[in-house]
Amino acid sequence: MLFNFANVLTFIVFGAVFVGINITLSRILQARNPHPVKLSTYECGELPEGDSWIQFNIRFYVIALIFLIFEVEIVFLFPWATVFKELGLFAFVEMMIFVFILLVGLAYVWVKGDLEWDKSTAVPDPALAPSAARQELTEAIAS
Amino acid sequence: MEVGLNHYLALAAILFSLGLFAVVTKKNAVTVLMGVELILNAANINFVAFARFIDTDLDGQIIAVFVIVTAAAAAAVALAIVLNLYERLKSINLDEADSLAG
Amino acid sequence: MDFTNIAFYIFAALTVGSAGVMVFHRNVVYSAVGLLFAFFGVAGIYVLLAADFIAIVQILIYVGGILILLLFGVMLSQKLTKVDVRTESMQLVPAVVVVGGVLAVLLLTISSTPWKLAGSLEYEPTTKAIGRLMMTEYLIPFEIASVLLLAALIGAAYIARKN
Repeated sequence: MLFNFANVLTFIVFGAVFVGINITLSRILQARNPHPVKLSTYECGELPEGDSWIQFNIRFYVIALIFLIFEVEIVFLFPWATVFKELGLFAFVEMMIFVFILLVGLAYVWVKGDLEWDKSTAVPDPALAPSAARQELTEAIAS
Repeated sequence: MEVGLNHYLALAAILFSLGLFAVVTKKNAVTVLMGVELILNAANINFVAFARFIDTDLDGQIIAVFVIVTAAAAAAVALAIVLNLYERLKSINLDEADSLAG
Repeated sequence: MDFTNIAFYIFAALTVGSAGVMVFHRNVVYSAVGLLFAFFGVAGIYVLLAADFIAIVQILIYVGGILILLLFGVMLSQKLTKVDVRTESMQLVPAVVVVGGVLAVLLLTISSTPWKLAGSLEYEPTTKAIGRLMMTEYLIPFEIASVLLLAALIGAAYIARKN
């Protein structure tokens, strides 16, 4: 068991070292020509609008919540699956009860419409108008 | 020095203290929840360490599984409450949520 | 020095350091990232404690679930366009005194208690044994866990839904 996890650890360490060496190498070898355009989000010229720190829609939370609950269910399914054959029908019935109880929850959120993605309430935000930073960047590109 | 039970318990105690510190000092409700998760992790380390060094069976590990499941359920409900609080008060600072009137 | 001892100190340092970042950083998003590495460190500690299943569950549920939910909590509760993800602290001095006292008492108790050590668990895969115990001895807690999850799902969905 410890050996298998040592493999995982070795993989992580090698990944970190690989990334570290490459970043250091490019630091050493790169040419430095700073320019404001290089700091823009999309170097191809498309200008980002608004801030990336927006407030997310609360429906993301409900979806994430449902995901978390069923992920926990999966965690119980793994040990059950390893002993399913030797325990037979009894374990099968037990797990079916477990899954059925959680399916009631899924049915509840389904009926209540939490799984629906209602697009009609999305309204354009006035805060997303072209900003001063955008004007500045446009001038920087033009010059 | 050989790492034994005391080392794991000391680590759990330090984690518990850090979590407790976050719970009692932070104003942001989400940070307080993070402190609670740290405390639960510290308790779990204790369970698993005792299961390895004193019981030498798997009872402690099963309790740890149930603690993690309970933590998931608690985090889900607590965050829903925090979001509802934000809807009402436009703030998730716990010292501003001092009204009992709905 | 044994390899597991070195690994313990590395994982313990990772856990405590990241937990420190989580507690003392003022930006909530940085706190969440600190918590991520603290969870990984605790998973490593579980592996060293011969609890492979718990370690995987830790990464699955804490890192893949609870931490994502906490980050959603940050994203959903911040003001639009104004980056205001800082958290303030209050009552620092009494907190330091109380928490320091608790830590001192815990460490003193741990070091002065004569634990009755009974050897140590072998490093063996535990998933099968946990499954067997869960289907027999811990059957009732197992079924009650599903009811708890059902209650959490319905309750949280009800509270989070917009009226």
